Amino acid sequence: MALLEIKDLCISFGGLQAVQNFSISIEQNQLYGLIGPNGAGKTTVFNLLTGVYKPTSGSITLDGQGISGKSPMEINKSGIARTYQNIRLFSNMSVLDNVKVGLHNQIKYSAFSGIFRLPSYWKQEKLMNERALKLLKVFDLEHQSKNLSCNLPYGKQRKLEIVRALATNPKLLLLDEPAAGMNPNETAELMNTIKFIRDEFNIAILLIEHDMRLVSGICEQVAVLNFGSELTHGNTNEVLKDPRVITAYLGE
Amino acid sequence: MRKLFLKSIKSSTRNKFSTYIMVIAFFSIAAILVEAGILGSLFKGLLVPMCYYIILAVSLNLTVGILGELSLGHAGFMCVGAYVGGVFSILTKDIITSALIRFPLALVVGGLAAGLFGILIGIPILRLKGDYLAIVTLAFGEIIKKLVQNIYIIKDVTGFHFSFATSIDTSTIDSESKQVILNGPMSISGIPKNANIVIGVILVLITLFVIMNLVDSRSGRAFMAIRDNRIVAEGIGINITKYKLIVFSFSAFFAGVAGSLFAHFSTVDPTKFDYNLSILILVFVVLGGIGNIRGSVIAAVILYALPELLRSFQNYRMLIYAIVLIVMMILNNNEKFLRFKERFTFKRLFAKKHAKEDA
Ligand SMILES: Nc1ncnc2c1ncn2[C@@H]1O[C@H](COP(=O)(O)OP(=O)(O)OP(=O)(O)O)[C@@H](O)[C@H]1O
Ligand SMILES: [Mg+2]
Repeated sequence: MALLEIKDLCISFGGLQAVQNFSISIEQNQLYGLIGPNGAGKTTVFNLLTGVYKPTSGSITLDGQGISGKSPMEINKSGIARTYQNIRLFSNMSVLDNVKVGLHNQIKYSAFSGIFRLPSYWKQEKLMNERALKLLKVFDLEHQSKNLSCNLPYGKQRKLEIVRALATNPKLLLLDEPAAGMNPNETAELMNTIKFIRDEFNIAILLIEHDMRLVSGICEQVAVLNFGSELTHGNTNEVLKDPRVITAYLGE
Repeated sequence: MRKLFLKSIKSSTRNKFSTYIMVIAFFSIAAILVEAGILGSLFKGLLVPMCYYIILAVSLNLTVGILGELSLGHAGFMCVGAYVGGVFSILTKDIITSALIRFPLALVVGGLAAGLFGILIGIPILRLKGDYLAIVTLAFGEIIKKLVQNIYIIKDVTGFHFSFATSIDTSTIDSESKQVILNGPMSISGIPKNANIVIGVILVLITLFVIMNLVDSRSGRAFMAIRDNRIVAEGIGINITKYKLIVFSFSAFFAGVAGSLFAHFSTVDPTKFDYNLSILILVFVVLGGIGNIRGSVIAAVILYALPELLRSFQNYRMLIYAIVLIVMMILNNNEKFLRFKERFTFKRLFAKKHAKEDA
């Protein structure tokens, strides 16, 4: 059974059909790409998957469990985490605290234990710090753990967003243009990191990307959106050679 | 890794302890100076109010600075605490004769009543943001004020007589045994004046302990995540409703405690709990630094005491007050001053010592 099953997903904003009849399925541990020209509806698909928008029709199934119509909180708890196209960190909090917020539902203790500093506070905080620093280390961010997240350079902010999403222990990670604003060296490094995350954490990753080197370099499958409808999906190499895809990107 | 963790604990603990020490030192010195006759009786009368203003400012900062929701109804919660705590003391005066037991109970009861209002008000306004929330909380404060101005409670041998109107029908009341508890727009009489500086400082310390520990914990991170970006916080699995209600109830609880302390110190007159008071507390929070708990303590002390101490300047009083407000506002936004301030905090003094030990 596929990890994520999207069937005939539709949403319209007023008269605009932002996504129509979108259907793909993602396997466990798969690296899946979602591409398409600007305004094609890619980010909207992410917002539908994470419960920010409710679909007009269609169904989303994660691990056999229907999740469309659920709240973003519930969807996160059932195993989908994401990053955002324009970085959205908790900017007045430290790098470490951003990750610890991500661990909110993984390592718990009550507000009461927190106020009175009961043993569970010390034990769980220690665990949280260890887990958070271990995650930050994967992205070479552990030395900046005390900095305010808004003071990190752009590339590191993108990485921190990924760390924060990973901290919620997802089965499926959604990355919205992770390479945006990166130079070729950074992109190459990011490709390795994404593969590493997939293997290390044993999760599936769905990513939106305009950089075709990244997509062809790491994605096993790709779906193409154009004006809200799915143009095609399948094996990355075949899809990228498809004349319809090339036309959609370059225009007639 | 272990070292880093220990260090982070140390720095936050240091910060908290320096705040406790600051409060204890300030009030001890002030009390000594008053006893020694160096500071006049005018100043002495300001110490307990300073305590409830600190509690009000710190608890409002939890809502405004940590959760990031603008509330203009803090005086309303204080009012609930003052009335419920005050009435509790009047009614139990004969049953619980020891003030040592009755007064703390009155403080808790006042706090709980206000906390309950915090939750009741919180539920319908959870979805509101910014200006809308400000308007609703403002209305809440005004409604509470109007409500208490129209409640009459009289006790006699036959029991309690309630009235919710512009006056009470006294014909059925046994005038021999009657005891007026609430008398509409008139101030409450008969609350034992148990408040003193020691209990005031203890309450300030308890408030600081609870709120600072709460903020520096898993829940506090959830509050701040909601403040920084509600949508992302929700997407990361944080229960927005739960954490907002925790903040509203804690914030209201401590405002209620402050109200009850106030009721056992000075005359409870319903017109006191108006819009201006809510704004005054908000000014303390803003000038002390949004989200800065220690700043709220300092701002509450200075900004409350100043106009009182300046009374002898009569007409110039409010002018000087306004100038101080402006200066504080400018300094709080001045990088150089902030760095200067950093250098003189306890945190840094302690930090230097520890840095040597670590090396
Ligand atoms: N909340 C909304 N209300 C109205 N229209 C919306 C909303 N969200 C998205 N849209 C519209 O839906 C369309 C698809 O937008 P979307 O952000 O999904 O594009 P995208 O494929 O992510 O583009 P890009 O590559 O530029 O990020 C756009 O025309 C956009 O204006
Ligand atoms: Mg997009």
